Amino acid sequence: MRRIAIQTEDFDASAELAALEGLGGGGVASFTGIVRGEGGLAALELEHYPAMTLLQVERIVDDAMARWPLLGLSVIHRVGRLEPGARIVFVGAASRHRAAALESCAFLIDWLKSNAPFWKKEHFADGATRWVEARPEDEAKARGWTR
Amino acid sequence: MAALTLVYFAWVREAIDLDEERIERPAPGATIADLIAALAARGGGYAEALGDPSRLRAALDQHFVALDEVIGDARELALFPPVTGG
Repeated sequence: MRRIAIQTEDFDASAELAALEGLGGGGVASFTGIVRGEGGLAALELEHYPAMTLLQVERIVDDAMARWPLLGLSVIHRVGRLEPGARIVFVGAASRHRAAALESCAFLIDWLKSNAPFWKKEHFADGATRWVEARPEDEAKARGWTR
Repeated sequence: MAALTLVYFAWVREAIDLDEERIERPAPGATIADLIAALAARGGGYAEALGDPSRLRAALDQHFVALDEVIGDARELALFPPVTGG
C-alpha cells in the first residue's frame, strides 16, 4: 500500500492507522504533526508548489520503500490556513518488524521537512506575519539519512 | 526556443508581487545564478527578493538543483526560500 495526499481538509489519523494495521504486518509506526499555538500564533498558512509537491513526495516515498521492507506507507500533508491544534502532517508505516516501521517513519518526516516544497507563514493575533525560516539542524538531520 | 517560465514562492513571491512570469530564454550556458543576478538588477521587489542568492533555493522542471546549474532547455524555473514543511 502506498498512499499520498496533499490536501486542505483535515484527515482521520485513526482511520489511516487502521488501514496500515490491516496489511498483516507485525508493526505500525506513525507521526502526526500538530500546529503549536506558541507566542500568540493565530494561524499557520502553508503554501506549496503544486506542480512539484506530489512528484517530490512520491520520490521520498519511493526512497523509503527501497530502503526498508515495508508493507505500506501513508503520507498526508495539509496546505492552506491551519489554526493551533490542527493536524498538519501524517506519516505512517507498516512492516513485519518494528525497526523498519520506526526508522522509515523518522526518515520520512525528517526528509519531508527539508526536501518537499512547502513553506509556512505564521499569522499572529496582533496581525503581524512572519515566514518560518528553515532550521539548519533540520537540514542536518535530513542529510544524516544520506550517509 | 520557447520562453522560460519563472515561478516564485513564499517571500520571494511576495517581494516580486507575482506568482509567475514568462521571460525570454537566457543565453545558452547561463546558470540559475546568472539569471538571478540579471533579475535582481531590475531593482525594486526583484532586488529585495533576489539580491542575496545565499537565501535562495531553486527547482528546474520540478527538480531541486543548485544555483550553479545551467538552465539549458528547461521549461520552468522556480525560485524560493529554503523549504519549511513537515
